[in-house]
Amino acid sequence: MMKNREYQQIDPQALATPTPTPPPRPLPEHKPKRARRKWEVFPGKNRFYCNGRIIVARQSGVLPLTLGLILLTSGLFFVFDCPFLVKHLTSCIPAIGGVLFVFVVISLFQTSFTDPGILPRATPEEAADIEKQIDNPTGSSSSYRPPPRTKEVIINQQVVKLKYCFTCKIFRPPRTSHCSLCDNCVERFDHHCPWVGNCVGKRNYRFFYTFVVSLSFLTAFIFGCVTTHLALSFHTYLVAANLTTNEDIKGSWSGKSGNEDVGNPYSYNSMIKNCCSVLCGPMPPSLIDRRGFVPSDDSVQTSPVEIELPAAKNDINMCTHGTKGLLETASRSPLLTSSCPQAKPQAAPAFLEPLPEVTPSPALEPAKTTAGRQSTNTPHKHHSHHRSKGKQASHHTHKTSNSSPRPHHSHSSRRKDSKNRDPKFSSLR
Amino acid sequence: MATEFHNLQELRHSASLANKVFIQRDYTDGTVCKFQTKFPSELDSRIERTLFEDTVKTLNNYYAEAEKIGGQSYLEGCLACLTVYLIFLCIETRYEKVLKKISRYIQEQNEKIYAPRGLLITDPLERGMRVIEISVYEDRGSSGSSSGSSTTSSSGR
Repeated sequence: MMKNREYQQIDPQALATPTPTPPPRPLPEHKPKRARRKWEVFPGKNRFYCNGRIIVARQSGVLPLTLGLILLTSGLFFVFDCPFLVKHLTSCIPAIGGVLFVFVVISLFQTSFTDPGILPRATPEEAADIEKQIDNPTGSSSSYRPPPRTKEVIINQQVVKLKYCFTCKIFRPPRTSHCSLCDNCVERFDHHCPWVGNCVGKRNYRFFYTFVVSLSFLTAFIFGCVTTHLALSFHTYLVAANLTTNEDIKGSWSGKSGNEDVGNPYSYNSMIKNCCSVLCGPMPPSLIDRRGFVPSDDSVQTSPVEIELPAAKNDINMCTHGTKGLLETASRSPLLTSSCPQAKPQAAPAFLEPLPEVTPSPALEPAKTTAGRQSTNTPHKHHSHHRSKGKQASHHTHKTSNSSPRPHHSHSSRRKDSKNRDPKFSSLR
Repeated sequence: MATEFHNLQELRHSASLANKVFIQRDYTDGTVCKFQTKFPSELDSRIERTLFEDTVKTLNNYYAEAEKIGGQSYLEGCLACLTVYLIFLCIETRYEKVLKKISRYIQEQNEKIYAPRGLLITDPLERGMRVIEISVYEDRGSSGSSSGSSTTSSSGR
C-alpha cells in the first residue's frame, strides 16, 4: 500500500521553532519552564557541585579527615621544621616539600571530584530491547521471570560472563561493577575509597595512583625531615652545652633549657670549646682489654694484714668505691715501694716484654695498659691508681706468661668478689 | 550539535517514531569501544546492508583511533602526569578531539543517508557508549503500518 509513496525526507536543518504541542512521550530532561541539567535528575546516589562540574559520592566518607590530616601535618612541618632545616641544611627542603604537598592535594581533589567512569542507566527503550533480545533467541519460556543474569562473550579466546545489572538495566561491560554506595555501575571498577569519598574507576584511577604515590613520598619526606630536625636539634644542644642526655633528663645541673651552662661544672662556658671537646677531644682507649689473657690464680698475693693501708693510699687520687675497692687496693699495696711516681718507672720496663703476648695496647703508658688488665677487677680507671699497682702487675705478667692462660670463667669469677682473689694471689707466692 | 539533536528529536512531530534499534557493543577484542556490525533485521527494508556496515565500521575505526595507545597518547599522558593532570583543564585531549570528529561524521551520515530513509542515528556518547541507537520513523500520514515506508532509493515491500 505504501510502496510508492515518497517518504517525507527528514531534514535536520529545516526545523524552525519547537512546536507548542507536548511530545507524545514526555522527556524528563526537557521542561517548558526551565531546562534542567542532567545532574539534577541523575538517578545515582551522587552529589553535585558547581552546577554539575564536581561530582562526589553521597557519603563523603572520611574525605574531610584525609584532607585535614594532610593539611595539619604539612602545616606543622612548614611552620616548625622548615625554618630550622633551611638554616642548618638547605633551602631545597621547603621547595621539595611544597611540590609534594601540591601534588598530594591536587591529586586528592581530582580523585574525589572526578567521575570515576559511571555508566548511565539504560533508557526505557534500551531496557525493553534487551529483554526482548534475551527472550527471543534463547527461547526463555517463562514470561514473568526476570532476564537471565549472565551473558557469555568470548574475549581474546576466553569466555567471560557479563552480568545483568537490575538497577541500571544493562548487561555490564567487562570489568564493570555496580557500587552499592554510589548506586552506579562504574567502568573498570577498582574499589570505593572512603578516604577520598568516591569510587575509583577507569577515569580517576590515575589520579588515585598519583595521590597514593605522592602521599607516600610526602610522608617519608616529612618523617625524614622531622627525624633530622630532632637529631640535629637535641643533640646539637647537648654537645654545645657539654651535657649528657642523662643529665639533661634528670636536670642534674639546671633542669631548665634557659640556663644551659649554669651549674654544669664540666662546661667550658664556650659553645665552641664544648663542641670541640665533645666531638674532637682525645679518643680514650678501651679499658676492658677484651682479648687479654686471664692471669693464673696465684698471680696476685696479699696479706690480710695490710687491709688498713688503703686509707693512706687515698692521697694518691684513688677512687675508693666501697669495700671492693678497699680490698683490691689492699691486695696490691704491700708490693708498693713508696709513692706512685717511683712505681711508674719500675713498672714500665717490666711491661714491655709481656705486652705483645697479652694484648695489643694503644700507645699510651704501658703501665696503664697492663694495669688495665687488672682493672677488670676494679671499677676505677684513674691513672695513679694503676701506677701504684705497677710493680705488682709486673709480677702478674711474668707469672702469667710462664703459666698457661687461665680459662675465661676464672677471669670472670675474679670480678665477682675481690675476696676470691686473695687465695689466688697468695697461691702465686 | 546539541541544538540539532534537540531539533532532531522533535522530528516525531512531523514523523512518528515507530521503533528503536539498538546496536550493541562487541566485546570480542576486550574493553575497547567497538560495535557489532551484524545487520539488524528491523532495518532490512529501510537501508542497504553495505551502507549500514560502512557506517558502523567507520565508527569503530574512529573509536579505535581515539583509544589507541601509542606515541601521542604516551606524550599526552606523561605531560599530564607531570602537571598533576591540570593540563586537562586547559587543552582538549585526543579522545575528545576524536569524539568531535565522530559527532560530525554521524551528523553527516544522518543528513546524507539515514534521514532520507527515515532513520536517525544517535551518537553513542549520548547513550553511555553502550549502544548505537537508530530511531526508525514512519510517515505520519501512513496508517496501520508498524514499520516505516520505504524510500525512493530502497525497494519497498
